[in-house]
Amino acid sequence: MASRIFGSGIKRREDPRLVTGQARYTDDFVLPNMVHMAVVRSPYAHAKVKRIDTKKAASMPGVIGVFTGQQMKDAGFGPIPCAWVVPGSDTKTPPYPAIAVDTVRYVGNAVAVVVAMDRYQARDAADAVDVDYDPLPVTVDAFKATQKGAPRLHADVPDNICFHWHVTGGDVDAAFKSADVVVKDRIINQRLIPNAMEPRAALAQYSSASGEVTIWTTTQNPHIARFLLSLDTGVPEHKIRVIAPEVGGGFGSKIPHYPEEAMVVFASKAVNRPVKWTESRSENYRATIHGRDHIQEVELAAKKDGTIVGLRAKVWANLGAYLSTASTGIPTILHGLMLSGVYKIPNIHEDVYGVFTNTTPVDAYRGAGRPEATFIVERMVDVLAHKLKMDPVEVRRKNMIPPFKDGYTVATGLVYDTGNYEGVLNKALQIADYKSLRKRQADMRAKGKHLGIGFCTYAEICGLGPSQVAGAVGFGGGLWESAIVRFHPSGKVNVMVGVSPHGQGEETTFAQIVASELGVSVDDVEVLHGDTDQTPMGWGTYGSRTTAVGSGALMGAITKIKDKSKIVTAHLLEASPEDIDYADGKFFVKGSPDKFKTIQDVALMANVAWNYPKGLEPGLEASAFFDPPNFVYPFGAHIAVVEVDAETGEVKLERYIAVDDCGKVINPMIVEGQIHGGIAQGVGQALWEGAVYDDDGQLLTGSMMDYALPKAAYFPKFELAMTETPTTVNPLGVKGIGETGTIASTPAVYNAVIDALAPLGVERINMPLTPERVWRAIRDAKRS
Amino acid sequence: MKHTVSLTVNGAKQTAEVEPRLLLVHFLREQLGLTGTNVGCDTSQCGACTVIIDGQAVKSCTMLAVQADGSDVTTIEGLARDGKLHPIQQAFWDKHGLQCGFCTPGMILTTVDLLKRNPRPTEAEIRHGIDGNLCRCTGYQNIVSAVQEAAIRMKA
Repeated sequence: MASRIFGSGIKRREDPRLVTGQARYTDDFVLPNMVHMAVVRSPYAHAKVKRIDTKKAASMPGVIGVFTGQQMKDAGFGPIPCAWVVPGSDTKTPPYPAIAVDTVRYVGNAVAVVVAMDRYQARDAADAVDVDYDPLPVTVDAFKATQKGAPRLHADVPDNICFHWHVTGGDVDAAFKSADVVVKDRIINQRLIPNAMEPRAALAQYSSASGEVTIWTTTQNPHIARFLLSLDTGVPEHKIRVIAPEVGGGFGSKIPHYPEEAMVVFASKAVNRPVKWTESRSENYRATIHGRDHIQEVELAAKKDGTIVGLRAKVWANLGAYLSTASTGIPTILHGLMLSGVYKIPNIHEDVYGVFTNTTPVDAYRGAGRPEATFIVERMVDVLAHKLKMDPVEVRRKNMIPPFKDGYTVATGLVYDTGNYEGVLNKALQIADYKSLRKRQADMRAKGKHLGIGFCTYAEICGLGPSQVAGAVGFGGGLWESAIVRFHPSGKVNVMVGVSPHGQGEETTFAQIVASELGVSVDDVEVLHGDTDQTPMGWGTYGSRTTAVGSGALMGAITKIKDKSKIVTAHLLEASPEDIDYADGKFFVKGSPDKFKTIQDVALMANVAWNYPKGLEPGLEASAFFDPPNFVYPFGAHIAVVEVDAETGEVKLERYIAVDDCGKVINPMIVEGQIHGGIAQGVGQALWEGAVYDDDGQLLTGSMMDYALPKAAYFPKFELAMTETPTTVNPLGVKGIGETGTIASTPAVYNAVIDALAPLGVERINMPLTPERVWRAIRDAKRS
Repeated sequence: MKHTVSLTVNGAKQTAEVEPRLLLVHFLREQLGLTGTNVGCDTSQCGACTVIIDGQAVKSCTMLAVQADGSDVTTIEGLARDGKLHPIQQAFWDKHGLQCGFCTPGMILTTVDLLKRNPRPTEAEIRHGIDGNLCRCTGYQNIVSAVQEAAIRMKA
């Protein structure tokens, strides 16, 4: 890493097009002869569809066609596939029709589509489709849905239990018997609505002549979309081109392959024109996946001195009405296996019930499973500290896994790559000036004011991941990555990658890697992604894997370029390839650094091949694949400081300190940006956000007016610092940083609020900690 | 029944026939092809569609095209002049004030209005000043830094 470009916070190469409005998101595309699709959605959470009358709609101005689920089925379109079916858990996969045929199972379930000349006409006609529903009983709560007498969603799924998964490490029952103290809680990790700022959209162009379809869609993983589209549309994979143009945020909600993607293909085929659908925000709240939604019964067992001996949990994970793409893997593999956190917990057992309810399908939302695990561990450690009247920092220290560089196996079976948890904790305590904070807290308490200090020390699993493991845990794809590095005669470079960033900045960081490794200017590198016809196979951007896995593939290609360049240089300098060295963009004869060829010299000669080694292929282009040997486990320590107004219940986030370790940092500016955004979303869960359904399955938080998205004025300036513990899992030593902020900040802020209210006897409040809930908790504590 | 509207958009005179119910944002995006203005919600919460109308930041999803008759509209496409970024655009780039970029045009145009009304805002004033614009990526921290930086540059 001779160049200083690696590790420097250079400005993003994505931004000029984004700040000038020249970027093109899916809804910005217009094709000749293009028409618009609108979706008719069920206003009932559970109902039989008795009759769909499309006559009036079909006769309205501009309407080209009105189609039902039956018509789509008759045209050969199959159900939407679930791509992650956790094995060994008796997992049921009831069919998920793109458009409901006889039963609707959540508010927002599609029942018909309308295609019209413009989007207003399509919307008008959608409202005119007359659907006769016969309402059925509704269940929305993951626990209640499993109880006797609850209405059943799918005929072949008794008690609405999709799967029962468990993880066991050690002997948890024996541990609880031997414990001095057991603490318990019933945690509601509430349902969240991802709210990427760009609503979903899809534009399909089907060619009846070639049988090919091109689809522009708001996806985080175009190659997965192509694979799954081939399964439900029947269009073979090599005849589908998926383009993810500019994508306006995803946070997991644009991983799934959605019914509307199949619908636009169907509609384009049916009307023989390009068809575009764009979601309204209210549609997004009902038809785009939600996240979290766990009911968790948790027990932690410990010795009197605070040594944790066991953790036991039972979880009801709400899956919504149908299985979305990755839905079963999130509350299991990405959740249960992380229950050891950063601690030595020798005995762990968790049962997870995946439950169908009459709600929008639940899938990955930033952190996806890990926030629900980290909250359990980090909350229970605090509950234990409170019970033992110990400092939460001391309980953490006592149980923390000591620093390690060669892997550490936790009771759930995972092998963490590298870690130094005390390192990040110490740094965070120092930045926070912990002693003074506690003193200030005592002083304020003396004045009747409520300052709270909350911690989260976390490790998370990301950089998904070894493909063999993916297969073993039921993930319906590989998790390797690929990259192509192509030098043009002029020495300029195109990099094509299978990952598909949508705000994370890899057009910049990947260019930095190429520039650092091969001695070209960052401006001479263009990174292409998000088009299955232009980029090599890849599994997409999620699970903080883009840099951790994608850079491995990129480094493989770079190594091949260097090796070939040495052969070309040796030929030009009349030396032996073994005698050629490389440094700072120059290939030179060992011991004679003045005899050299630059990468640009090599690129020109390789491309023209006038004076070239015999038998060597022309061109300077390399392709590489990288399948990581393990996941990566970034970690950190976050501290939240809050002040709670006991009169109003209002929580003010006063300070937020985050010390994170994502291994080697390619671009600190981008890393910090990822952490900032992650923190904001996690604080959102702790304090404001929550999807609410009423007993009839109506989404009460169905718009941005009703769902409390964080605004700028809600936050202080976050205080960030890093430590650097490289991983050995990939060539650059990098770990993912996209989700850590979200994973850490929810428990940190929650713990801070409960810490603030401890003198008032408040021990728990269900999230989000809105003023009303906090005020009620204070009142109830006073009463008892 | 269509109505004729005449307005100036990014310095160019435009006359068009529009349906009375056509939202200004759809007029800009679909009739004029100015797709830099984004639609992020349908309840006027997110601010992604913010444009400048007669000097004021307005959410163009809340206004009909016919209401903009006779006005002077600036969209994100009209902010850079002579190939040079506006200082606010430059500051957003320099300070990493954007990630996915979807809220950015609205955020930048809101900042234009904010700094016109208050050229030297405090951090708290900035945070309140962009209250009508949502960003899900940045946690707002670098947006605030970008606005501060732009204020300094525009004063200079």
